[in-house]
Amino acid sequence: MVNKATKPTDALIGHDAWNIQLDKNGNLKHFLTTEGLGSEVLTRILDTAESFANVNEKSIKKVPLLRGKTIVNLFFEASTRTRTTFELAAKRLSADVLNINISTSATSKGETLLDTLQNIQAMYCDMFVVRHSDSGAAHYIANNVAPNISVINAGDGSHAHPTQAMLDMFTIRRNKGEDFGNLRVAIVGDILHSRVARSQIHALNTLNTGDVRVIAPKTLLPVGIESMGVNVFHDLEAGIKDADVVIMLRLQKERMQGALLPSEQEYYQLYGLTEERLLAAKSDAIVMHPGPINRGVEIDSNVADGTRSVILDQVSYGIAVRMAVMTMTLGREPEADADISKGRTEGDRK
Amino acid sequence: MQQLATPDELLAQLATKLETLLSDKAIDNPLMVGIHTGGVWVATKLHQQLNSSTTIFSEPLASLDISFYRDDFSRIGMNPKVKPSQLPPDVDDRHIILVDDVLHTGRTIRAAMNELFDYGRPASITLVCLMERSGRELPLQADIVGEHIELNEGEHIKLTGPEPLAFELQQQTHNKVSNG
Repeated sequence: MVNKATKPTDALIGHDAWNIQLDKNGNLKHFLTTEGLGSEVLTRILDTAESFANVNEKSIKKVPLLRGKTIVNLFFEASTRTRTTFELAAKRLSADVLNINISTSATSKGETLLDTLQNIQAMYCDMFVVRHSDSGAAHYIANNVAPNISVINAGDGSHAHPTQAMLDMFTIRRNKGEDFGNLRVAIVGDILHSRVARSQIHALNTLNTGDVRVIAPKTLLPVGIESMGVNVFHDLEAGIKDADVVIMLRLQKERMQGALLPSEQEYYQLYGLTEERLLAAKSDAIVMHPGPINRGVEIDSNVADGTRSVILDQVSYGIAVRMAVMTMTLGREPEADADISKGRTEGDRK
Repeated sequence: MQQLATPDELLAQLATKLETLLSDKAIDNPLMVGIHTGGVWVATKLHQQLNSSTTIFSEPLASLDISFYRDDFSRIGMNPKVKPSQLPPDVDDRHIILVDDVLHTGRTIRAAMNELFDYGRPASITLVCLMERSGRELPLQADIVGEHIELNEGEHIKLTGPEPLAFELQQQTHNKVSNG
């Protein structure tokens, strides 16, 4: 593989971080990050999600695809939207779901993460959906689980949140069509702490988006963000000018250490999205937000509830996208799986 | 190899047989459902022919894509572009005319019936197939078939279309993947 060592996240997640996502047939085995996956894989996720969006609109919202599979939601960090949409997605595929809230479980009694994992693995599970406050946690787990288990990253630290990014791509595609080449997408706010923004930027660039912009005060931008293939702005109106898509991010106060911002009021004055400011974007621009929204901090209520807002559509599409990722990772040909053959034929390979 | 009738000849026969069956069984207001992809082609023509003189079907043709209900999902994975099934919201107490192109193992029909029952409890299901071939693996038979053909394992018959409809006979060697 080329140039992997130069990526800034390498130190955290290791060289093979994005290679372990695919089996030897190029099918998705784990979904840990949008980084390093080709447009073919990302488009396949979106196409598959399109099929499942129809299931969610039926009166009986259930198909038997993953009957008999057991999916474990392993949440080391609080979440409502993501955990419930993962749970609904699994249930609509007829899988059995186990929700484990780690903060109230064994790790607080001193058990190590690996011991916890091995115990759950011993219960014959097929998939872990992992959220953790440390960057790289999902990769670590994927590297240490039994070969028949798939891992989906539901957010790790400030590193990646790939299913959120893909539901955002799905929302953009539903509203703006399949060709991202002529789109200008502006991501506004706390980029520094946002795993969503990182995953979005990788996905947008892989899907050949014409112009990806980030807009934030300097203190909320990671160093070297330009190298991710974005245009940087510090002024909101200049940044969202003629944008087709405006994505607002929440100020992650719980992750802020030190004086990054003078006050929420001043942030709203400069970066809060109001109806008046939105005039700078295209007249048919859509406004997105991964949630939870802070009204009056990064977005005005009139915009959040307005006609251009697709924030609640994002939540609905999240179910279809998660159903797609779950079926793609669990629905691979077993004999084609590199890891399963590993135990038997390690000596035969090459 | 027997001489095959053309799909259009068979369609005319199916239409006549179906009309007779509906009047014999006194089925009122049936709902026609085609199975993607070939079954929808056959059903489209059948629906047109039967509705040409009198209105037998009050609703447009419905369709099913059985990809979510296949029993070989864990072996072959999923086709990413599943066409949405288009059915009325409620099939409770409806008389359903289920249409497919070629009846072979019976597994497609099993999947289609499972999906139909997710929409409700039909009063009856009548199965209509343009062609029926040997090789059934489930205890399922069609109520109306255009023609029966004996084929060996590894031989396949496929409907191509939608314009014009034609049969294509294929010889498959054993190491190739069967999608039949």
